[in-house]
Amino acid sequence: MQYTLLILLLPLLSFIVLGLVDSKWKPKVAGTIGTVVLTIITVLSYFTAFEYFTTARLDGVYQKIIPFHMEWLRFTEYLHIDLGILLDPISVMMLVVITTISLMVNIYSLGYMKNEKGFERYYAFLSLFTFSMLGLVVATNIFQMYIFWELVGVSSYLLIGFYYTKPSAVAAAKKAFIVTRFADLGFLIGILILSFYTKTFDFGILTSANPAVFSGFAGVTFLRFSALSWAMALIFIGGAGKSAMFPLQIWLPDAMEGPTPVSALIHAATMVVAGVFLVARLFPIYVDYTPHVLHGIAYVGAFTSLFAAAIACVQTDIKRVLAFSTISQIGFMMVSLGVSGNGGHEGLGYMASMFHLFNHAMFKGLLFLGAGSLIHAVHSNEMSHMGGLRKYMPVTHITFLIACLAIAGIPPFSGFFSKDEIMAACYEFSPYMGAFMTFTAGLTAFYMFRLYYGIFWGKEHKHEHTPHESPFAMAFPLVFLATITVFAGFIPFGHFVTSDRANYDIELDNMVAGISVLVALIFIALATFMYRKESDIPKKLAKSFSGLYKAASRRFYIDEVYIFITKKIVFNSISRPLAWFDRNVIDATMNGFASSTQWTSQKIKGVQSGQVQQYAYVFLLGTLLITALILFI
Amino acid sequence: MEAYLGVSLIMFFAGVYGFLSRKSLLMILISIELMLNAADINFVVFNRYLYPGQMEGFFFALFTIAIAACETAVAIAIIINIYRNLTSVEVGELDEMKE
Repeated sequence: MQYTLLILLLPLLSFIVLGLVDSKWKPKVAGTIGTVVLTIITVLSYFTAFEYFTTARLDGVYQKIIPFHMEWLRFTEYLHIDLGILLDPISVMMLVVITTISLMVNIYSLGYMKNEKGFERYYAFLSLFTFSMLGLVVATNIFQMYIFWELVGVSSYLLIGFYYTKPSAVAAAKKAFIVTRFADLGFLIGILILSFYTKTFDFGILTSANPAVFSGFAGVTFLRFSALSWAMALIFIGGAGKSAMFPLQIWLPDAMEGPTPVSALIHAATMVVAGVFLVARLFPIYVDYTPHVLHGIAYVGAFTSLFAAAIACVQTDIKRVLAFSTISQIGFMMVSLGVSGNGGHEGLGYMASMFHLFNHAMFKGLLFLGAGSLIHAVHSNEMSHMGGLRKYMPVTHITFLIACLAIAGIPPFSGFFSKDEIMAACYEFSPYMGAFMTFTAGLTAFYMFRLYYGIFWGKEHKHEHTPHESPFAMAFPLVFLATITVFAGFIPFGHFVTSDRANYDIELDNMVAGISVLVALIFIALATFMYRKESDIPKKLAKSFSGLYKAASRRFYIDEVYIFITKKIVFNSISRPLAWFDRNVIDATMNGFASSTQWTSQKIKGVQSGQVQQYAYVFLLGTLLITALILFI
Repeated sequence: MEAYLGVSLIMFFAGVYGFLSRKSLLMILISIELMLNAADINFVVFNRYLYPGQMEGFFFALFTIAIAACETAVAIAIIINIYRNLTSVEVGELDEMKE
């Protein structure tokens, strides 16, 4: 399966070509190149998936295949950095997800970004992102993953700041980069601790379930927790940063400043699930050696999902609502991984998490592209500027409705199946966790339908010109993703991706499924009651819970807390003294050297007059002096 | 012997004085020749009085004369070029390379 290398190299090539020669070509050419390259690698990925999953299992499990591997940098016997391609069920699944969404976004952008300044640059960055994300998922070792992890962060930064003349976009790009970079510091330290004791970066060895690998950790503890726990927790912090888990979620809502297709690709479907992927990749270590860290992940995920869902209920910017919904859904995936055990029925949560990742990528991509289509039509992100759009934009309306039903967990749409598995896994972990997540799922249904009714129903807003349906390039991805969303639930996912790579037959737990559908329906009905027609119930509710409402709409003041900590505490008590020390001690010493050298040279400059005879005179005197010294001493 | 050395001493310091005080490049060149010739005389004199019957000193003197001739040719070529560029052979004006 050597051809999988092409899946990585082609987007890189397209990035280099588009990035270097962009201005010489017409924008359309750049767009076409990007889209054609993506089409090729999408086909290749599908083919890879087909070949991988049709290869016979060995002892009932899918084998890991490494079609390409090279040693990139060698420092010592143990410390060497390799590059390679690792195919196993989750990475093959991610290949399919990434290329599909990326292709849809490329096609969509042909319409959405038309006549936008920097069109070629946009496509070059999209290619860079696709390359880095694919490199991340097929990484054979944790250091290669880290390299591509950072590359993904850079491309996200570049694309959020695409409208670089807008100060808010620049600020959002910086915020996203700094917050995730801060989290990546934890990731790096975690990698270093882990590889220091195990003497390897390789996933194959790390996840081989061989206790000898971790024997180096024996007896090493820090603050009552073992070094391995610390390493795994720190690695999770990196994942939490990228996946916007509490309290590192602050960058994601602001990242919506980027072009909407970018939000769909990076900040909804692919990059933000990198953290989930990371935990899934290292899952054997988490589950076998540090189950308490894994439970911690579950609690963080559960809290984040409720927290974000609560905020999503009161936001008015449609992209912000979707952003918080993304955070909440990633929380679901984390919970599901966190409550999972290993193998067979125990590993239900793992399978459910991956299934939900797959479905979520599709329907959230669809929601964002739909939102882009709406923004394209009414030139505003605000829900209050929409309303009653269902008559004007039938395609967007239907596809958006399908995605809303999927995310709310209504059968037979894809979200129902994966969410139901997550619920089942949670109930098995503890009834409280199950109930908690069921409530959060209900909130999900509520805020999605609040959004839906606010956009497509309700009072019509006066538009400058009548909103129109989007062009074909934008409508096609919507229909395509909607089709996947309708049918993806029937994929026998347990046959492909499970925690032990063996076969698992999904069985719907009627009890759990019934409860979650019932709860979702109740919350949808509530949303219908409140937002279908114009009414003053929402306002009354907001008034009676004014404190809660205000806190939620200000995102529970987390941003303010961050600003307070960084500006008031870190800047004043650490940065300022450091800056003073740097300026007045270190820089001053260096400047002192420089200025004293300069002063001396100014003084002795006159000696070099350019007069040959003067030099000769000095030379003569010197000779005489030396002669005299030799003679008389 | 002292008389010969006295002559070479006078020639050498005449050359040194000329090198330091003359303004024209040509005169400086002649001063250098004076110093070289003083050294030649020393070779011959020391060979003649300290190692009679041997020839090394004489040959050294001959080599030095040949090298002095080459050196003069090079120096005159340089002086001609300087004159072409600056229309002057005054040594005091040759401080272009200072900066």
